[in-house]
Amino acid sequence: MSRLGRRALLANGALVVAFALSRGALAQDTDQPELPGGLAKSPLLDSWISVGADGQITVFTGKVELGQGLKTALIQIAAHELAVAPSEVDIVTADTARTPDEGVTAGSQSLQDSGTAILNAAANVRVLLAETAAWRFALAVDQIEMRDGAAYAPDGRTIGYGELVSGASLHVAAKPDVPRREGGARVIGEDLARIDIPAKVSGGEAFLQDMRLPGMLHARVVRGPSDGTRLKQANIEAVATMPGVLQVIRNGRFTAIVADDEWRAVKALYRLQAAGWERIGEPLPAKRMREAIRGLPAQPVPIFHYPGPPAPPEAHTLTARYSRPCLMHGSIGPSCAVALWEDDSVTVWTHSQGVHPLRTALAELLGLALERVRCVHVEGAGCYGHNGADDVAADAALAARAVPGQPVRLQWMREQEHGWEPLGSTMTVEMSGSLGLDGRIVAWQHEVWSNTHSTRPTTAGGLLAGAEVEPPFVPPRPLPIRLPEGGAARNSTPIYDLPNARGTLHFVEEMPVRVSALRSLGAQMNVFAIESFMDELAQAAAIDPVAFRLAHLRDERAREVVQIAAERFGWSARGRGTGFAFARYKNLASYCAVAMDVRIDRETGEIHMPRVVAAVDCGEAVSPDGIRNQIEGGIVQSLSWTMRESVTFDTTHRTSFDWSAYPILRFPAMPGRVEVHVIDRPKQPFLGPGEAAQGPAAAALANAVAHALGIRLRDMPLSPERIRAALRPTPAAPRQAAG
Amino acid sequence: MIALTVNGETHQVDVDPDTPLLYVLRNELALNGAKFGCGLGQCGACTVLLDGKPVYSCLVPVAALRTRKVRTLEGLASPDGTPGVLSIAFEAEQAAQCGYCIAGMIVRAQALLERNTRPTADEVRAHLAPNLCRCGTHMRILRAVHRAAEMMGGGVRAVAEREP
Repeated sequence: MSRLGRRALLANGALVVAFALSRGALAQDTDQPELPGGLAKSPLLDSWISVGADGQITVFTGKVELGQGLKTALIQIAAHELAVAPSEVDIVTADTARTPDEGVTAGSQSLQDSGTAILNAAANVRVLLAETAAWRFALAVDQIEMRDGAAYAPDGRTIGYGELVSGASLHVAAKPDVPRREGGARVIGEDLARIDIPAKVSGGEAFLQDMRLPGMLHARVVRGPSDGTRLKQANIEAVATMPGVLQVIRNGRFTAIVADDEWRAVKALYRLQAAGWERIGEPLPAKRMREAIRGLPAQPVPIFHYPGPPAPPEAHTLTARYSRPCLMHGSIGPSCAVALWEDDSVTVWTHSQGVHPLRTALAELLGLALERVRCVHVEGAGCYGHNGADDVAADAALAARAVPGQPVRLQWMREQEHGWEPLGSTMTVEMSGSLGLDGRIVAWQHEVWSNTHSTRPTTAGGLLAGAEVEPPFVPPRPLPIRLPEGGAARNSTPIYDLPNARGTLHFVEEMPVRVSALRSLGAQMNVFAIESFMDELAQAAAIDPVAFRLAHLRDERAREVVQIAAERFGWSARGRGTGFAFARYKNLASYCAVAMDVRIDRETGEIHMPRVVAAVDCGEAVSPDGIRNQIEGGIVQSLSWTMRESVTFDTTHRTSFDWSAYPILRFPAMPGRVEVHVIDRPKQPFLGPGEAAQGPAAAALANAVAHALGIRLRDMPLSPERIRAALRPTPAAPRQAAG
Repeated sequence: MIALTVNGETHQVDVDPDTPLLYVLRNELALNGAKFGCGLGQCGACTVLLDGKPVYSCLVPVAALRTRKVRTLEGLASPDGTPGVLSIAFEAEQAAQCGYCIAGMIVRAQALLERNTRPTADEVRAHLAPNLCRCGTHMRILRAVHRAAEMMGGGVRAVAEREP
């Protein structure tokens, strides 16, 4: 900050404080509610919606399309409240130069944050335009009908939105209490075809990976095989003279190749990698990663405490330990970015989930003022959390700086994505619970051990390249994500009605391997543990698992989701090998219950899944088919995590270097059928379905396997090897290389 | 210069002879359908038809093609631009989440349905096994292939439902 800036800030600071105080006081006096969703941070209507003189409507969101159908859902919301056809609405997604700063697109919060903001902003705009029309027609506002992009008077006079907007400024703050549109054509709740799909099924330019700018060069970043390694001294001169190689960029340990042709850049990369590699720093633990993390120093953080009398002496107490390995995001398209350096400014086209935080981190890395960095989101392959997207954006920006005026496209290789993406942390959960003689739970304890669940970059030290350049930037210290959302603690608080319950997070700060946010964070593991344990308790109490859950569940919406899933599945007539699980994501978002059946091949240990049935309540359903798509996907992805996946290591590096070393579920292993029942809650807040199914799907599988085998498996993955080991006549501890 | 025939057109490209077909399709011919997924023949995102058979274009050096004919997702559309039957079916079923794998799925399914418009459900699954999807869109992809088979006058036979 310049000295002048500091003076100005001090002077302005007083004004800002005075203003904030008066606004606060006013809010108290009038009891005005806070603006909902993203409007609280960006209250101006024209931050979200513009209406052109030709009536063209554009919606601006700081959230991004990840293949979850966000663009279409937000268009539906705006079109509904503005009383126009969805085809009349355009959308601009996260771009630091054009859209509100909505942080990262994560946590199933996009409809909650951005959807709610756009819903209310659109209602505000509709009312403003209606008021303008009323004034023009000299009528009362309640006589104006707004539909099809125009205001109509009862006598047939009409004015289009484009003309109306010239007399109404949208550069005003939203009002919090504007009513929703009543009557007329319904757009919210309809199954609109997603606007991004036609290009994806026909070879259109649908992805950042498809971007081709004039004069674009191709780059590759050069690294060791995985996180925690570096290449040995390579013969840079020999590579620099390879055909097509324009530059070999070196800055500290950061190395990148810029070439006139993509394949030539790849060949140069392979040549440099042939020099061999070495580990940086401490060797990795020799024992399995989950045991290593469980054994490291941990900071205990209280999660919840429900008071209650201590368990009576006749109570029956059960304890169990559950665990999962490190998991990979495993994007099908390796991370990619395009960057253009011009006039000491840089534009980066990125599939990062957070263009604004990335911009801050890049500005620090590149030593540029914030206004000289622009990050524009372009859709990439699905990321499922913090994968290589931000890192590759930094790699591309550093490469582009070496060739000003020429756009540079840099994509990671498959082995780089597998080797360097931050993993979902391994976790261990220890449960203890006591049953009274009436079969009710009288005591409950949940303890979870984990690394952090977010190292998303907000500074240069959070980027891979940040640690490689000279001088290097220091990675920020990992911190637990605060409740109620939580990271490792996410969904560790039981939704059930329990007395005498306590939860503790043992937050392990030291990270032997690189970890960050993987879809649903700790929820998949915590729900796996809670819902497996509920079944273990139900079995001990000799009560049907669904009835046992309902006996401990008061939330009416939760009960309904459980009942509908059970009914649609045909739970009351269930056979052998059936499992059920339920959770409310983060205990404040979508409700999801999953019922399924399995058949297990006792020779091979393979699990076959004839049928999976889910019920979901994510508030007002904007796009029921979009919700079904997300829940189906969440179930299938979680089944793959739970029955197949485990990142492996030796003491020198991550050894899951490609799809052969990190197998995921393929078509022949898919369920026979997956059915999703959406419970619509009109006018209820949007809750977001993207991460609701992962926990329940994992636990339903474990419960079905336990029901089929009569043996409880508590360590993920429930792999064929573990199942075969469990079925051996002389029980031996299942062995695996790592995880 | 190396000659190759893609979607019925012959092109001359000036690239290193060891350049994989995928890179030529994307960077020289500006075709978006085939995607770089692994470069290792493990995921199927780059699938194209070579003389009617599905191959990993990331593994085929362009100089090895000679007279063999390449068809990509773009080549499944009619000359007037109408998308192919599978593309229409995938859109009708909204069979995509991120969609990065979808081009490869469609091209591989095309090879099956050109050979047999009445496969069994298990044959469809086995045929698509080389292609990975990470979003978990598998059930919709299967429904889209079933729909396309019906649109072609066939259908997927529901025999041999997943008994272990």
